[in-house]
This record gives sequence, structure tokens and C-alpha cells, in this order.
Amino acid sequence: MNPDQGKAVQTDCECDDAYTLGPLQMGPPCCDPEPVIQVEDLSLQYSGKTALQKVTLDIYRGCITALIGPSGCGKTSFLSAINRLTDLIPACQVDGRIRVDGRDIYDSACNVQALRRQIGMVFQKPAPFPLSIRRNITLPLREHGITQRLTVESITEQVLRDVGLWNEVCDRMDTAALSLSGGQQQRLCIARALALSPQILLMDEPCSALDPIASGVVEDLISRLSGHYTIVIVTHNLAQARRIANYAAFFWVKERAGQLVEFGHCRDIFESPTHELTAAYVNGIRG
Amino acid sequence: MFDVFAINRWQYYRELLVQLIIYILVLLVSAVFIWLLFDLTRGGLAHLSWEFLTESPRDAGRAGGIGSILVSTLLILLVALFVAVPLAWTTAALLSEFVPTTSQFGMTVRFSLQVLAGVPSIVFGLFGNAFFSIYLGLGFSILSGGLTLACMLLPILVSTAEAGLRAVPQSYRLSAAALGLSRTATLFQLLLPAAAPTLAAGLLLGIGRAVAETAALLFTSGYVDRMPGSLLDSGRALALHIFDLSMNVPGGDTPAYASALVLVVLLLSINIMAMKLAYGLQRKRIMSV
Repeated sequence: MNPDQGKAVQTDCECDDAYTLGPLQMGPPCCDPEPVIQVEDLSLQYSGKTALQKVTLDIYRGCITALIGPSGCGKTSFLSAINRLTDLIPACQVDGRIRVDGRDIYDSACNVQALRRQIGMVFQKPAPFPLSIRRNITLPLREHGITQRLTVESITEQVLRDVGLWNEVCDRMDTAALSLSGGQQQRLCIARALALSPQILLMDEPCSALDPIASGVVEDLISRLSGHYTIVIVTHNLAQARRIANYAAFFWVKERAGQLVEFGHCRDIFESPTHELTAAYVNGIRG
Repeated sequence: MFDVFAINRWQYYRELLVQLIIYILVLLVSAVFIWLLFDLTRGGLAHLSWEFLTESPRDAGRAGGIGSILVSTLLILLVALFVAVPLAWTTAALLSEFVPTTSQFGMTVRFSLQVLAGVPSIVFGLFGNAFFSIYLGLGFSILSGGLTLACMLLPILVSTAEAGLRAVPQSYRLSAAALGLSRTATLFQLLLPAAAPTLAAGLLLGIGRAVAETAALLFTSGYVDRMPGSLLDSGRALALHIFDLSMNVPGGDTPAYASALVLVVLLLSINIMAMKLAYGLQRKRIMSV
């Protein structure tokens, strides 16, 4: 018997390469600077030690904003303050104000679960749940009240297509998500976040745990997402930031506390930085 | 010049010696168990029969079987687990998920459980007798025995479950929170399934301890070896039966051997079963929808 026959039967579901987000656009079109996240005087302390000092920054709708800077300058802390993941860290104190769509998210009336549904997050290390591939996506959907089987199925397929994973996993949706490769796991995590149709995506070095090829796939994906989502991405890969971001924010450690040094159009930060620290960092002299 | 091909004799013999000692110690530990099992089988296997397992004891246990004893043991165990497991697992979830590690409340609960774990079982027996049997008026009954055992099982069940929950990677909690899952959903959908093997292992330890318990049941569930009619009847547990046969009944050695063999085989099979169950559950959870 021909060994290929068995395979052909297995992949009779519709596995194809069609993306739903359209073809890849290099150099995303520049967007109207309409702030969607407004950060004012944000300070963050872990057990009394300041990690982030008085950061004021606007994140613009539909754009990719890259946060760059050396390790320990508070980029990740900044990110977790935006979706209030800091609530989970004991002895973490947040001061200042963050407004998303004009509403203060540290207000006691803010529904944190609804907020986090609106603001998706992707972590540095791929962290799929120890469940099947399918359940990784359906579990959050069901928890947010989307229980109709057809809807759940179509969203699952849609987001997996969006991240280009559908043709790789459509015939083994019920196998363990942890059996996927690192790059696939990370794309599954992005799909899981997209399934809740968030407005904003926070990405904490999404490519740093991946090999260059997987990293390239995820990077293309992020470019494709721009315009559809507001993306804030932390990255240590300056070339990557330069390729995909519209805006860049440069953080630096001063007196053991992270501070925002410069914020502006990505091109300006890289080509004509106003601050000498920024110039030194992006040119690889310091940091 | 440093010669990489030279064999350092002293190092070589030392490696060999350490390995040998480790092997001998491991063999010694296993030998204790094997010798025990062998001795029990030699002394009790001939006495084992279907009648022995189903009939009630006669002539203080010299004749007849252990049917009623097995039923009493099972009932005591069920009462204990029914009360202790929900209490222990909710306490563990509270301690690991809802209370900061360093909080005064958590520390107090943990400390009291540690103290409880160190209390000798005879003290539990006296407490059970004073509180359940006399104060609450349950008398010498399966219910008071089961409740006393539940108190004894709490520390071990809580500490294993808490350790299991804490061992679940923090990344699951962060990812779940970032997806807007509630803490309850995270607990039930992710953390408890991920901790299931540890929970099962803790449950096993608990069952093992409960089945083998003697002293705590002496003053609470009593000596009566008849078939229990209700939870308020006195019932003799298996371990207590063995104790009674070997200490108080002249000529009760053979049935004591047989009962001990049944107890050990029971413990072994519970262990194997629960291990398989936990493994299967975990697999199913990952594989299915």
C-alpha cells in the first residue's frame, strides 16, 4: 500500500493558506494620531522599589508602537500596567493615570475582566494552556459568554487563519497544544488573544524565544495586524522595531528607575533622535 | 602536562563505592517491603477464602471472616473523605490562589495545620471521643470515627493540594488573567486539572493513612464486630481488628495474618488504581475537547 494514501485521507478538511487579513503590506501606512491609550505620570513600585518613574505617553489607534531600551528599564512593567496585570503581582503599587478610550482603568468602577478582553496580551515565552489546540481558543471564548457552537467554530478557524496556523493544525485540533513547536505555540497564543476581538494588543518580546524563521513569521503577522489593531510591542530587536513600528518609545534606567527618554515617529527615533542617549542606544554605542 | 587519558584510580573507585552504597540502601528499603509482604503471605494466604472475606467474625475473630469489618472500614473511610476532601481542597485553593503568601491569615492557617499534622493519632482519638462521641452525643459510631479521621486527614490533604496548586506554572495564571478569565474559571478550568495528579497523590496518602488508622478509632468507632446497620452503629475497622486479634485473642494469629494481608493488598491496589486514574484523567483533559 502506498504510504501517502493514509495522509491524504487525514487532510480532507479545508486546509489552505488563505489569510483573512489580506496580503502582507510592508511599511504600514501612517495613521492619524488619535490617542487610544493615554498614560499620565505613571509610576510603578515593587515592594517600595521604583521600577518606573513618571511616564507620560500617548498610544495611537491602529498603529504599532515599539518600546525599546535595555533590560530592567520598565518596559514590561509599563505593558502590564496597561491591562492591569500588575494586580496579580503582590506588593506592586501603581500611581498615575492610564486612560483607555478616555476612561480611567484604575478607577474602582472599571471591570477588569472586560478591560482585559479589550486589551489582549502576548507574552515573551509562549504559554499555551495544557489543553487541546481547540480548547486553548474556545475556553476564553466560552468564559466570555460566546457559547454558540457555530460561532465558536467560525471564530476559531478565522483566528487560526489570521495567524497562518490553520493549514498546519486543522487536522489535529484535538491534540495537545504543548506538542506544537515554539513558533506555532506563540502563534496559537496570538490567535487565542485575537479570538476575543480585542482593540489593543500588548506584546512582550513575542519573538525573543523563537528561532529566526519562526520569528520572521510572527513579525510578518504583526505587520499584517497593524491597522486592524492597536499594537504595543516590547522588543530588544532594534531592526525589528524599525521594520514594523510606526512609533517608538525609548526607555532608559536613571537612578535605578525606568524612565521614558524619548517618544516619536519610529523613523525620527532611529534617524534623527533628539536625545543623546537615544542616539547612542539605537546606534549600538550604549545599552 | 595534564593527561586526559590517565585514569584517576581513586576517583574511579570512589564513584564505584558511592554507586554500590546507593544500590544497597535502595535494596534494603525494598527488602523491608518484600519481606513484610512475604511474611504476611506465608502466614495468611492459606486462611484466605471467599468465606473469610464475606462472613462476619465468630468466636472473637478466631473463626468466621472479616466481612462486617471490611464494610465498617469502608464506611468510616467514606465518611472521613466526604467531610475532609471538600474542606481540604477549598482551603488549599484559598491558601494558594486567593490569599497572599505572606499574609498573617495564611501563615496562621498553615501553622495550625502543621501542628495538627504532628499530633499523635491517640490524641485525635481522645479528642474524637470527647467531642464527637460524648459532647455531640454520637456515641461509639462509624460517624464519630469518620469525623475524627477527617480531622486527621485535613493537614495532609491541604498541604499536598496546596503544593500541587503552587507547582502549576505562574504563566498559566498570567495568561488566563490577560485573557480576562475570572479567578474561579482559572481555578476550575486550568489550575485544578493541572494539579490533578498531585491532588490524587494526596488523596492516596490520605486514604492510606485512614485505612491503616487504629488508635484514633479505638475510642470513637469502637470494637463491635457485627455488620453495621447505620452510620450511628459502632463498627470495627480492619486495622483495629488486626490489633485486637494479635493482642487480645489467644489463637487469633492466623486470622490476624490473613486480615493484615487483605489490608496490605487493599492499600496496594488503591495506590495503583488511583495512579492510573490520575494519569488517564490528565491525558483525557489534554486530548479531548
